[in-house]
Amino acid sequence: MSFMKEFRRGLVKENPTFSLLLGMCPTLAVTTAAANGLGMGLATTAVLTASNLLISLIRNVVPNKIRIPVYVVVIASFVTVVDLVMQAFLPGLHAVLGLFIPLIVVNCIILQRAEAFASQHGPLDSIADGLGMGLGFTGALTILGSIREIIGAGTIFGKAIFGASYQPMLIMILAPGAFLTLGLLIALLNYLRMRRSA
Amino acid sequence: MGSKLIVIFIGAILINNFVLSRFLGICPFLGVSKQVETATGMGMAVTFVMTVSSAVTWVVQKLILEKFGLEYLQTIVFILVIASLVQLVEMVILKSSPTLYQALGVYLPLITTNCAVLGVTILNIDSGYNLLESMVHGFAAALGFTLAIVIFAGVRERLAFSDIPKPFQGFPIALITASLLSIAFLGFQGLL
Repeated sequence: MSFMKEFRRGLVKENPTFSLLLGMCPTLAVTTAAANGLGMGLATTAVLTASNLLISLIRNVVPNKIRIPVYVVVIASFVTVVDLVMQAFLPGLHAVLGLFIPLIVVNCIILQRAEAFASQHGPLDSIADGLGMGLGFTGALTILGSIREIIGAGTIFGKAIFGASYQPMLIMILAPGAFLTLGLLIALLNYLRMRRSA
Repeated sequence: MGSKLIVIFIGAILINNFVLSRFLGICPFLGVSKQVETATGMGMAVTFVMTVSSAVTWVVQKLILEKFGLEYLQTIVFILVIASLVQLVEMVILKSSPTLYQALGVYLPLITTNCAVLGVTILNIDSGYNLLESMVHGFAAALGFTLAIVIFAGVRERLAFSDIPKPFQGFPIALITASLLSIAFLGFQGLL
């Protein structure tokens, strides 16, 4: 089943955050809490799946020379749709993510998948790829957000998990914590990978 | 008037540094920071693109989008303006300095997808800056980007010769370096 194969690839093996290191800006910026990471991830997944589908459908019509501008316009249109939908139905999350919603346009994952995958594969495979990559990204953002929220605020998805005596390490929620958490996580994954191959 | 410009200028470089506290422009920050020279070149290209696109998008927003009630097209129009400007810069650099062009490589067209550029143009509009303030903000934000990437490249040049535990080689140690740099920039927080 090629659908499942394309779908699973993005989840772990070619995870956009941990192995391809794409889309770093939203990864670092919105993961101050698990819920924000999840919301950002799902919004990106929606755009990625829709743009992958459309780009795959028009791949034979678009002249090669102007393909990048065409892709960017397609992506920007879907981002606008997601932006407006979110503003209407999830105003709270929209306010938290703020600037980073229009910035989904310049998330390298989306353009990279359009160029590397959707422009060469059929619509069904492209949807699978978009969903897989998108959910892989969502998973990574949620993990990162959870770690930062647990250490930096003592909560997970807004619920307190430690007693009242827990002193949150504020720095994990501030900018340095984002770089530190991601750096340590990738180092850990590298370590596990090396141990397995050794 | 003058003092507001100074506040915007200092604020965008040191306090709300685009890379280290707003997380905009991380891709080139991690990708083009192996040598100070290329980092400086990248910084200069980004500075030009950000200043000019701040001005152009402000004019487009006020004179076209708002006039005709088309604000919802903001994202699409802005990214197209930026993409055209990047194309222009690419042609200029190719003509004037082929070495720099080679060094910047794939990251030059990627300025289009540098979120710092689109980010600054949207921030300008959201903050209600006028034309001059937008340009100052764009210029200062780009200087902040250049400052961060050049310092970071300086550190990474030395990192290349140090003995780093194997799992930390490459990106992890770069991210941890960025974290320490970001802590340093937190020190500017109470400046204004």
